[in-house]
Amino acid sequence: MRNWRWGLIGIVFLSFVIRTEAWKFSKAQHEHTERISGSAGDVLEDDPVGRLKVFVYELPSKYNKKILQKDPRCLTHMFAAEIYMHRFLLSSPVRTLNPEEADWFYTPVYTTCDLTPNGLPLPFKSPRMMRSAIQLISSNWPYWNRTEGADHFFIVPHDFGACFHYQEEKAIERGILPLLQRATLVQTFGQRNHVCLKDGSITIPPYAPPQKMQAHLIPPNTPRSIFVYFRGLFYDVGNDPEGGYYARGARASVWENFKDNPLFDISTEHPTTYYEDMQRAIFCLCPLGWAPWSPRLVEAVIFGCIPVIIADDIVLPFADAIPWEEIGVFVAEKDVPKLDTILTSIPTEVILRKQRLLANPSMKQAMLFPQPPQSRDAFHQILNGLARKLPHDRSTFLKPGEKILNWTAGPVGDLKPW
Amino acid sequence: MKLTALQQQSRRSNSFRGSSPLDSSMDGAIKSPVTIFWLVLHGLCCLISLVLGFRFSRLVFFLLFSNTSNTMTSNNLYSTSSFGNPSEPLAFQSTLGAVTSTSTSLPAMNLTTAAASGTSSSRVVVGRHGILIRPWPHPNPAEVMMAHRLIERVQREQRMQYGVKNPRAVIAITPTYVRTFQTLHLTGVMHSLMNVPYDLVWIVVEAGAVTNETASLLAKSGLTTIHVEYGKKMPILWEDRHKLEAKMRLHALRLVREKKLDGIVIFADDSNMLSMELFDEIQNVNQFGAVSVGILAHSGGDGEDETAVVQKEEEKNSGLPVQGPACNSSNHLVGWQTFNSATFMERSARYVGDRAIVLPRKMEWAGFVLNSRLVWRDAEDKPDWVRDLDEVAADEEDVESPLSFVKDASVVEPLGSCGRKVMIWWLRVEARADSKFPAGWVINPPLDVTVPAKRTPWPDAPPELPLPAGEMAVVLQENAEKHATKTRSTRKRRSKRKHATRTIDERVSTRHAGEN
Repeated sequence: MRNWRWGLIGIVFLSFVIRTEAWKFSKAQHEHTERISGSAGDVLEDDPVGRLKVFVYELPSKYNKKILQKDPRCLTHMFAAEIYMHRFLLSSPVRTLNPEEADWFYTPVYTTCDLTPNGLPLPFKSPRMMRSAIQLISSNWPYWNRTEGADHFFIVPHDFGACFHYQEEKAIERGILPLLQRATLVQTFGQRNHVCLKDGSITIPPYAPPQKMQAHLIPPNTPRSIFVYFRGLFYDVGNDPEGGYYARGARASVWENFKDNPLFDISTEHPTTYYEDMQRAIFCLCPLGWAPWSPRLVEAVIFGCIPVIIADDIVLPFADAIPWEEIGVFVAEKDVPKLDTILTSIPTEVILRKQRLLANPSMKQAMLFPQPPQSRDAFHQILNGLARKLPHDRSTFLKPGEKILNWTAGPVGDLKPW
Repeated sequence: MKLTALQQQSRRSNSFRGSSPLDSSMDGAIKSPVTIFWLVLHGLCCLISLVLGFRFSRLVFFLLFSNTSNTMTSNNLYSTSSFGNPSEPLAFQSTLGAVTSTSTSLPAMNLTTAAASGTSSSRVVVGRHGILIRPWPHPNPAEVMMAHRLIERVQREQRMQYGVKNPRAVIAITPTYVRTFQTLHLTGVMHSLMNVPYDLVWIVVEAGAVTNETASLLAKSGLTTIHVEYGKKMPILWEDRHKLEAKMRLHALRLVREKKLDGIVIFADDSNMLSMELFDEIQNVNQFGAVSVGILAHSGGDGEDETAVVQKEEEKNSGLPVQGPACNSSNHLVGWQTFNSATFMERSARYVGDRAIVLPRKMEWAGFVLNSRLVWRDAEDKPDWVRDLDEVAADEEDVESPLSFVKDASVVEPLGSCGRKVMIWWLRVEARADSKFPAGWVINPPLDVTVPAKRTPWPDAPPELPLPAGEMAVVLQENAEKHATKTRSTRKRRSKRKHATRTIDERVSTRHAGEN
């Protein structure tokens, strides 16, 4: 009896000691960076391996390799996520060669690799390419017809996702490709209540070259002396000479209101020290352009500059895992003339906290697509997102004979074979 | 690319719209009442947009007249807008009833809720939006100040995180005296010390008496200064000067002991150059540290052959012009790197202002930093290898370097990546001891005209210039008189004045010619 009592006292004492030690340890961590706990808990640090299985369809190389061979610029532009995700999945431990046990099915089709001489992707053939790929997988494997694509996912990193157009009105008119209506879309575009963002999509950051950014890092004790930094177009004179259309007039408003404000280092020039300057700035503007997303967000996070997001109703990457409200500053487009008042009235403690959250390496890792893949990077966050959607609910699997998709829906031009 | 496509679409849809009400009528009947109505409406919209300054859509009228608010979702908007140009703006605020009022009173447009009931409708509408500019788009000074305070706070946080933790105060000791180059040297050191981000105490020891010159210089710095005098005047010979400086530094250390100043002592000679990294590096010192000093032993004023000889000497002298700690591969102090002055000995300067090379001593004071507690009389954790200040002063007539304070040289900590980084430079440049300079470098009374300008006096020059004796004075006075009489008449006509001065010049030259 007495031994039991002593043992119990010993255990209580030990637990007390351990708890204080742990508390001290976590306090030490807090000085420099802060843990990111999103709306779903610390999901950034989850490991997807073992939580899901992905089957990668073997498509003929005209859907992927041949396109890439024709234009290797696809590996470095901001839409390169589709290519790197394919490569990651091929050699990842979540890949399974047995489709019967797979939870998710991936179709490697590079729809954003038809580039103009300037490097911009043309989306005109993408719907036909996608449709042709789906026809192939539905005829060669039974898994598409089993669920009409509800347990398939596709990576569509173009401007407006699966609407496959660079112009917003055209994209809205087209809507999401009807064949993808039940599939999960992994895309960079995200805007609430928008036709081109369907429920259950996973928003990802655009591709930004990790080595290039690492090469431009400067010592962290370089004092941040720029208050607000932005480099980019304010007026797109080629496509919108009057102004007011590009970026819904928000970028032009920034220029007109703050062009002579010494706190705002904004211009259209493209300096060679762009990355270094971002590391010397406190706030980096991330306004919308023709589409609400841009690689500027990724760059701001990597370089520790607080992103000021000026895009109404935007859905940021991994919004269910990363608490963007606590990391960035959101400014409504109608509040742009008051941007300086807004930014200077943020309390100092809030700014320091945001910087601590940004300094957290798991935050930076989650935005990158490194080669070779590392743990907790964007690839793994995508898999985490897919894993969170498991198990599939009952509506995923169709009863035999049930058909939902209309294979002839959409503009006539899309029905032509590719 | 985008705009032309848009125009094409609008053109296409315009024709589409135009033809739909017509399909029942004959080809020739272009002027059917519906088309006339739409044309008139279109014209009205154009006029209104001319007046208001933005594009006004006939869609507004369509919505005004058809009261279907319930069925209006954003999708509906886009489909109806295929009538006209979908890019044209919608200027209504909340309900349709308010359309007319807002359409006429709009300074800047922004698109807000499109529908009353649409739950899936987007708040954000595609199309042309106004560029919002506030009435006074210039920086607000109060906000600029807030922003600067924010920046300062962020930088302080950065320094706390990445810089030195628990920075200690710096005590800089500078021996000085009044001479021509004092302002030059002392201003350099002063500005370096003003930029140091740590607490600083500056002890300035002046040879001779405390002068107003030095005091006024120090007052400009805004630093905490202790300005003391050291009785003797600075001697002319460099040897003696070095010795006196050493004594002055000891005097300053006695002051540190008396006042129990706490911090890191560095010896900032007034003609030396200190880099900011030095101050960050010396925060790492524990008790007694040494840094590498770059020796700039060449003075100015060499002729061409002199420099050639000097260069040859440099090649022979394979040592670097650096004094400081020398380490082995495991970064332990093993010895000292000194400047080989032997080759320069014959041509070294003997007295201050000699146009020859000023040589440093074996180990300069500037290369050492020490914890101020080492000189305190009774500090608790004073190590046993340090000798007492008075003991050292009494022992040696000439304390060449602070190494005399340590019994065992191996306790010295090498700083600056073990002496590899040079962060301080030693230089001695002085003018002759008897050279004159204006007191406080203020020119009072005004200088004499030593080099006359080509057209002295300047036209319109007041006649009260201080005039030196001689012919020029006579000429000036004459010209002044001439000007006094001529100013009224020549004010309006510049050419006449020029003519006048030209004649005066001629007279001057002729006079000169005459006298020569």
